[in-house]
Amino acid sequence: MKKALAMLLLVLVGTLLFMGIYAMEGFRPYGEVDLAQRVSQAYIDKDVTGENPEVVYGISKDLETGSANLVTSIIVNYRSFDTLGEVTVLFLSALGVSILFGSFKGRLRSRYQPNFILRTGSKVVFPLILIMGVYIFIHGHLSPGGGFPGGSMIASAILLMYLADEAFRIRIEGFKMTEGIAGSLYVLLGLVGLTLAGYFLSNFLNTGTVGALFSAGIIPVVYVLVGLKVGSELTGIITDFLKGEVE
Amino acid sequence: MNSIAIVEGVIALLLVLLAFLAVSSKKLITAIIYLSILSMLTVSSFALMKAPDVAITEAVIGSGLVTAVFLFTLFAMKKEGEKE
Amino acid sequence: MIQYAGILLILIGIYGLLTETNLIKIIVSLNVFELGLNVFIISVGFVREGVAPILTSVNNHSGLVFVDPLPQALVLTAIVIGLGTTALGLAFARRIYMKHGTLNIEEIGGGIND
Repeated sequence: MKKALAMLLLVLVGTLLFMGIYAMEGFRPYGEVDLAQRVSQAYIDKDVTGENPEVVYGISKDLETGSANLVTSIIVNYRSFDTLGEVTVLFLSALGVSILFGSFKGRLRSRYQPNFILRTGSKVVFPLILIMGVYIFIHGHLSPGGGFPGGSMIASAILLMYLADEAFRIRIEGFKMTEGIAGSLYVLLGLVGLTLAGYFLSNFLNTGTVGALFSAGIIPVVYVLVGLKVGSELTGIITDFLKGEVE
Repeated sequence: MNSIAIVEGVIALLLVLLAFLAVSSKKLITAIIYLSILSMLTVSSFALMKAPDVAITEAVIGSGLVTAVFLFTLFAMKKEGEKE
Repeated sequence: MIQYAGILLILIGIYGLLTETNLIKIIVSLNVFELGLNVFIISVGFVREGVAPILTSVNNHSGLVFVDPLPQALVLTAIVIGLGTTALGLAFARRIYMKHGTLNIEEIGGGIND
C-alpha cells in the first residue's frame, strides 16, 4: 500500500519534473548550450566589466585573475565568499561528529589482522599519497584538482594507515591546531583584501602571467589553506568514526 | 549514432540500474557496495561531460571516504549489537 | 541520455526516502539523490563541441568553445559538503542504535507518549 502510494507520487512528480524542465523557456537541450548567453562567458574571458580581451596561455598578464584553471578562478576568486561558507559548513559537521562521539574511548578492533603485504606496502605508499595530495592543492590553479580533492587525498592516506596498522595513532591535537590556523588565516586574508583593495577577499597580489606557477595572486595561497583545512577536518571525522568501546 | 553516444547510453542505463539496486537491496552491506559502484559510474559520467575537477573530487570522496565512513558505522553497530 | 539518468536518479532517491524504514538505507537514498542532482547540474553546462575549462599549452586562448565552468564550481564544493552531512547523519544513526537497539524508525517510537 505504502509502496504503491509512493510509486504513484513518484510518477506524478517525475512527469511534472520532466515537463517542467524541458518546457522551460531558455533551457537548452543537452549539449547545445550557448555560453555567450550565460554569465560564464565573463568568467572565461576573465573580465566581468564586458570588454572581453582575448586571454592567451603564457602571454596575457595582469588580468582580474591569472588562474589557468577556470573552475578554480570561480571557486577561489569570484565566489570566494561562498567557499568560505562551505568550509564553515564542513567545520560544523566535523564538530557535530566529534561531539556525538566525544564520550567514546579507545579504538574499534577488527577480528582480522592486516597481512604482511598490506602492512609493509602501506608504509611505502603513504608518503607518495601525501605528496600527491600536496601537489594537487599547490597546482590547483594550473591543473585539475585543488584544495578540496587534495585535502581529501591526505585524509585517505591517513585512512590507509588506519586500515593497515592496528596500533597506528595520530596526534589529533596537531590536526585541530592546523585546521584552526588555516581557517583563521583564510578570514585574515579576506580582511587584508578589505583594507588594501576595498572589498572582502579581493585578489590584492599581482596576478602574474597565466600558466606560471607563481601566478594568480592569492588563489594558490587560499587553496593551500583550504587543502590543509579540509584534510585535517576529514582526518578528524575518520578518527572519530573509528572510536569505539563505550566509556 | 557515434561511439560516444553509445558509451553515454550504457553509462546512463547502468546508473539507473545501480541506483535501483542500491535503494532496493535488503542487506545493508550490499546497498553500500552498490552505492560505491554508482559513485564510480558518476565519475566516468563527469569525465565524459568534461569536468575533470569534479571527477577527481568525486573519485576520492564518493567512492573512497563515503564508503569507508558507511562501513565503519556498520562495523561499530555490529560490535555493539553483539555485546548486548 | 545522462541528463535523463540524472533526473531518474533523483526520482529513485525520493522513492527510497519515502519507502525505506531503516536509517542507514535512508542515508543511502539521500546519497543517491545527491549523486543524481550533481549529474544533472553538470549536464546543464555541457557543450558538445566544448573543451574542458582549463587553459593549457594546447587549448591556449579564451576564444575556444569551453564547457560551462560555473556548474562545475558549484558541484565541486557540494560533493565535499555531502561527505560532511553524510558523516553527521551516520553519527546520529549510531547514537540512536546505541540508545534504542534498533535502526528501524517505526520501532524507535515517539518517546513522550510511551
